[in-house]
Order: sequence, then C-alpha cells, then structure tokens
Amino acid sequence: MKFRTAIAGEDLAAAALGGPTSPRPGRAARLARSTRQLPLAPALIMLILFFLGPVLWSIYSSFTNAALTGDGAANPQWVGLENFRRLFSDPNVTNGIWLTVVFVVGSAVIGQNLLGLAIALLMRGRNRWLRGTVGAIVVSAWVLPEVVSAFIWYAFLGQDGTLNQVTKALGIGSQDWLYSSPMLAVIIANTWRGTAFSMLVYNAALADVPLDVQEAAELDGASGWRRLWSVTLPLIRSAIVTNLMLITLQTLSVFTLIYVMTAGGPGFASSTLPVLMYQQAFKFSEVGYGTAISLLLLAIGAVFSFVYVRVLKPEA
Amino acid sequence: MLSKGLRLACAGAAVAVGLTACSSSSSSGSGGKTLKVAYQKFGNEIHVDAHMQKVKAQFEAAHPGIKIQLDPINVSENDYYTKIDLMMGSSSTAPDVVYEDTFLINSDIQAGYLTPLDSYLSTWSDWSQFPDTAKAAARGLDGKTYGVPMGTDTRALYYNKDLLTKAGIAMPWQPKSWADVLAAAKAVKANDPGVIPMNIYAGKPDGEGSTMQGFEMLLYGTQDPLYSSASKKWISPSKGFSDSLQFLKDAYSGGLTLSPQQELDPNVGNVVGGQLLPQSKLAIDLDGSWVTGTWTPTGAKPWPAWSSTLGEAAMPTQDGGGKGTMSMSGGWTLSVTAKSKNKDLAAQFIELALNKDNSASYDVADGQIAVRNDVATDPTYQNSNPTTAFFTGLVPVTNYRPAYAEYPKVSDAIQVAMEAVITGQSSPADAMKSYTESLKGIVGSSNVAAGTS
Repeated sequence: MKFRTAIAGEDLAAAALGGPTSPRPGRAARLARSTRQLPLAPALIMLILFFLGPVLWSIYSSFTNAALTGDGAANPQWVGLENFRRLFSDPNVTNGIWLTVVFVVGSAVIGQNLLGLAIALLMRGRNRWLRGTVGAIVVSAWVLPEVVSAFIWYAFLGQDGTLNQVTKALGIGSQDWLYSSPMLAVIIANTWRGTAFSMLVYNAALADVPLDVQEAAELDGASGWRRLWSVTLPLIRSAIVTNLMLITLQTLSVFTLIYVMTAGGPGFASSTLPVLMYQQAFKFSEVGYGTAISLLLLAIGAVFSFVYVRVLKPEA
Repeated sequence: MLSKGLRLACAGAAVAVGLTACSSSSSSGSGGKTLKVAYQKFGNEIHVDAHMQKVKAQFEAAHPGIKIQLDPINVSENDYYTKIDLMMGSSSTAPDVVYEDTFLINSDIQAGYLTPLDSYLSTWSDWSQFPDTAKAAARGLDGKTYGVPMGTDTRALYYNKDLLTKAGIAMPWQPKSWADVLAAAKAVKANDPGVIPMNIYAGKPDGEGSTMQGFEMLLYGTQDPLYSSASKKWISPSKGFSDSLQFLKDAYSGGLTLSPQQELDPNVGNVVGGQLLPQSKLAIDLDGSWVTGTWTPTGAKPWPAWSSTLGEAAMPTQDGGGKGTMSMSGGWTLSVTAKSKNKDLAAQFIELALNKDNSASYDVADGQIAVRNDVATDPTYQNSNPTTAFFTGLVPVTNYRPAYAEYPKVSDAIQVAMEAVITGQSSPADAMKSYTESLKGIVGSSNVAAGTS
C-alpha cells in the first residue's frame, strides 16, 4: 500500500513537473494499446471484487445497525440516517474530528512537510557523502514497518522508556509521555516516520529548479530567504500540492502507530477517527456505527484535498 | 472486453467457491472428524488450557478417529470477546465448542451464534446435579439452554495481613463501610509510602473485569441497582452511580491505587496477581475468587505462602446497610456454536469436560466455586483451597448481572465512565451524564429511569 502510493507519488510529481507529452495515438496504435492492456483485466476484476466490494458494503452497513453480537448480528436492520444523527451528537466523535485535524496538521502538514522541505533544501549542493548519509538515515525510518516504528516509540517514550531513563539520569525526573501528552507523542512519532517521503519528493522537485533563475535572482541582490520564497517555492508549487495531498491522505488513515502507542487513550485523549472507528466496530461491537465514522473520515479527506487544490492552484 | 473478463472472473470465483465447499464437506464427511475447541489463554489464566488438554486426551481415547483441535486464543479479555464473535460469524471459522462468558452469552444467543442444548441435556443424567440458578445462567429469552456452566465465582477484598497490621489495623480485618476501606488504604499509605494501598480495576483495557470487579462491586452496595427488575428499567442517573464514581475518584486522585497509567495497561490483572500481591507490594485487592488459582502449584505463579500472607474480607455495602456485605457472581460456560458441523460430538465433548471429576478438578485448579451439587458437597473439593469456604459463603449476599443482550454495551459505557473519572478527564457528575446519554442510546430512552438523588 505504502509502496504503491510512493510510486504514484513520484509519477504524480513527475507529471506535475511537466513531463514530455506524447503525440496523440492513431486508431491502430489505440487498438494495439488496448490489447496490450488485456493482461491487466484479471487484476482489475480482482480490484473491483475485493476493493470496491468492501467499500460499497461499508457504505451500506453505515445505514444499518450491524453488530458483532446481539440482535444486530442476527438480523441487521436498515436504520436510515440514525448512525449519522448519533455521529453528530456524540462528543467522542467531535473530539475525534478535532484530534484527527490536530494530528494531520501537526504531523503531516507541519511536521513531515516542513521538515522534509528543510532537509531537502539543506542537502542541496552538499557533497555526495553528506547527502548519502543524511538520506539513508531519514529513509531508514520510513522503510521500517509501521508497527515496528510504533514499538520503537513506545519503548522510547514509555514509563520505563529510554527517554525517561536519560532524564532520570540527568536528574530532571521522568514523566509518562504516552499518558500525559499522548497527542504530542504520536505526532512526533509520525513526523519521524514520514519525513523521508516529503524529503524525497522535494529532492526530486528541487533538482528540476533551473540554476540560471537562481543565479539571476542572486545577481539582482535577493537574499537567501527572498530567493526561497519568491523563486524556489513558486517553482515547486505543484510538487508541494502533490506532497501535501499524499501525506495528508496517508496521515488521515494512520491507525497502527496510534493504536500501538496509546490505543487511543487515556480515555479518548488520542482517539483519532480511525482509532475511534476501530473501537466502535470491534471493541464496542457496533459495526454499523463504525462504518459511519469511516465515511466521515472519507469526507474529511475530501475537504483537505479540495482545500489544497484550490489554495495551491498554479497561477494561470 | 470488460464484461467478458467479468464473466470469466465470476466463473473463476464460482469454481473457487465450489472447491472450498467440496473440500470442507469432504473433510467432515470422511471418518476422521476434527472438533475445534476455542477458549482464552492469557497471562495467569492458564487453567482452562490445562483442563482442555486433559479432556482432549480423554475424548480422543474414547472416540477413536476423532481429533480435537484446541484453539487457545492468547488475547486479553475484551479482545477475546471480539475474536470469538468474529469467528462464530462465519461457518468457515466457527469453532465447534466455545468458552463463553455468561456476561456475553445472552448477546451471543440473540446474535444466533449458539445452539440450544436442551435435546442433549435432557438425556444427560448429570444435568440434574446443576442447581436452577446455574442452569439459568445460560438460558436464553426463548427459555432454551445454550451453555453448561463450568463454575461460578464471587468477589471480595484480599488483604496482606502483614502490611495492614503494620499500618495499625486489627486482624482479622472486616470493613463495615466504604469509608472503612478508604481509611485502611490511607493508613497503609501513611505507614509505608512504598506500598500500593489498594487495587480496584477501572477503565476500558480490562473490559468486563473493570465493570464487574471494579464498578459493580461498588454500585450493588448502594441503594441504586444497575437495572431494576421491578420496574424493568435501567437506572441512571442515580446517587448510587455517582457515589460509586466518586469512590473511584477519591481512591485514584488520593494516590491510594495503582497509577491510572498502570491501571490502563491491559496486563494489569496479570501484574496484580503475578507480581504485586506475591511481592507484598499491594495491601488490598478487590478481586475475584479465581485469583488464588494463580498461586497453586499448577498455577502461573506458584506461591506457597499465599494462604498465610493474605486474608480475605467481604466487600461492605456503602454504609453497612442492607445485608452489610455484598458480592457479584458471574462465570463461564461451554457452548456449541450454531455453525458447528459436528453438534452431537461437540455436546458429547462438553458432557465429558464437565462431568463430576472433570468439573471438580477444574474448579479446584482455577479457584472456581463449584456449581454441581455433587462437586460442591465433595470433601476433596471443600478442603482443596483454604479460601473455598470463604468465597462460597458469599453466595447468600451475591448479585448477578442483568441477563439481557444489551448488557455488554452497557458494560462498555460503564468502562468509559470509569476511565474518564480515574484519568481526571471528567467529574463523576459529567461522567454519569455521558453514561446516561449512552445508556439511552443502547436500551432506548423509555427504558431508562432515574434512581435516588
């Protein structure tokens, strides 16, 4: 999944940067192309069966009282908009929406995005050895499976974790980070994990910024910040949109990291929508209500995407 | 092109489905049948596993050609319920015999996951040894019986005699009210700040354990029930409910318990029974009769000195009113799933697993209170564990949970309220308010009534 998004990300980034446009194919070529795609058909059908199928099923169940046990398990009833009515009066959902936004803005938009951009900018023009080393370190965090990074951070921030051992040794005292500031803990962990992706996207984008434009600006006496703000950033604008969109959608659905580190707690203090959805469906057995929350998540993703596309639209 | 491909895929899918159908029918059709038995095995809870291993050997010896496949599910309590519900939902994953908590059984009966056992029980001579209260534990609203009880349990206070004596409390200790319990905990804290004065389970990770060992051991000692069988309504808000939450708040915010973060670890039950009590780091523990099973020679953490180190006291009611003391009882059953393909064999397995000898050895090992009359009156059982007499003696003051399908959801809402209070996120009043809202959503507003105020 991650891998596929990454590839798609590079493609999109490349497309956004304006790859070469191929000439319009003729009728024979079109036919040849469609026969060539025939071997893809089984994959497409599998996707429809096993990807679209569950999506449609979850939309359907969000209008029922489907459950894991009790009456809702034996005969799920159509309850219309009941789940959605409940959704908007449930303080845990309101809290979950807020936490999800905090998590996405904190760890993706600010954390991964800015840190990734900063690293990419700092690495520009450095020697190969430094670039290689920094790149390898940052990417290694991204290569780790999600559950492993979650455990690393659990072990680092937990009550008897590394951080507390260090602070105790220094005489500062300790605190249980996962309990006292669960959101901060998961935001830092997710930033750590995902920065590499943004860095790679920005590395690629910055490599395509023409040097002569930079030099011209420098000759005109523009300061470093001014060159970054007025020259570099506008030139990589589409890479920024693509990156923001991808990491936002990815971060919106982060579940494993949070579930392993805090399980959404204490209370509901770190129950972002994916965790809340899991709790409702599998801990409290209310599958119908859980799927309604997943649709809400989808809507929030759509809002973010819409905002990015509008705000960061390339100037005509 | 697409539609042709789609047809092909459908054909392929049909073939695949056909193949699995064939393979499953052939495996159950031939002589060598396999019976799947699912149960929980987690941390200190190892006695069910030992019992099933033993019954498996007996059953396989008595039924040549039949294989018992044990499926010990190694997860915490709340995850176990989810897991078995998911397994029982599909015939390809449903076990034949399932270990069911009586707290969940009504809900699972209504979900259609279980098979009525009446036709088997009517021909099972041992069934007459089960008293009516035990038989009722797994009876559905339709009057049919869906499980055979393995044993029952009661709950009370364990205390470390040494730690309480040092804190100046006279032995044997028998608190008369909640205030006495808190006073003893405070005395322990004042005497030795290194000791955890008291443990009361609270919060979502312990699941039903929190609701029953923690909250209901308080609530059922107040004027207000969880559910009024007289008015047939769930009771909230009530003074009893908010007083119970207030007790938790006093205990947790007063530093008389484990820290909330320790309490919210799903392993807390294993830590309490396996470490804190044996290491004399915990003075008072509000817990179930089965905990002693952890310390027997076959237990997860053998501790020969437990019976001289620990004393037991009945949990007092809030102000000593009513019968003065109280307890809660639950227990587990063995049931046959509705999707089982070998129901007759599964029923025979249960009859063997819970015959007199096997019931007795399981009840002794796991600190259960026997439900079979012939086991309960057997001197070997009575003398097996020094606490058997004490915990059996609580039966006259014990309470049972409302046996309705909605109960597991109500229990979840109680855990949410407890967790909000012990973490300081809500006041008892606010937590009760959200609980009342959740309760109305679960059982319908017309089935909720306020208690005393």
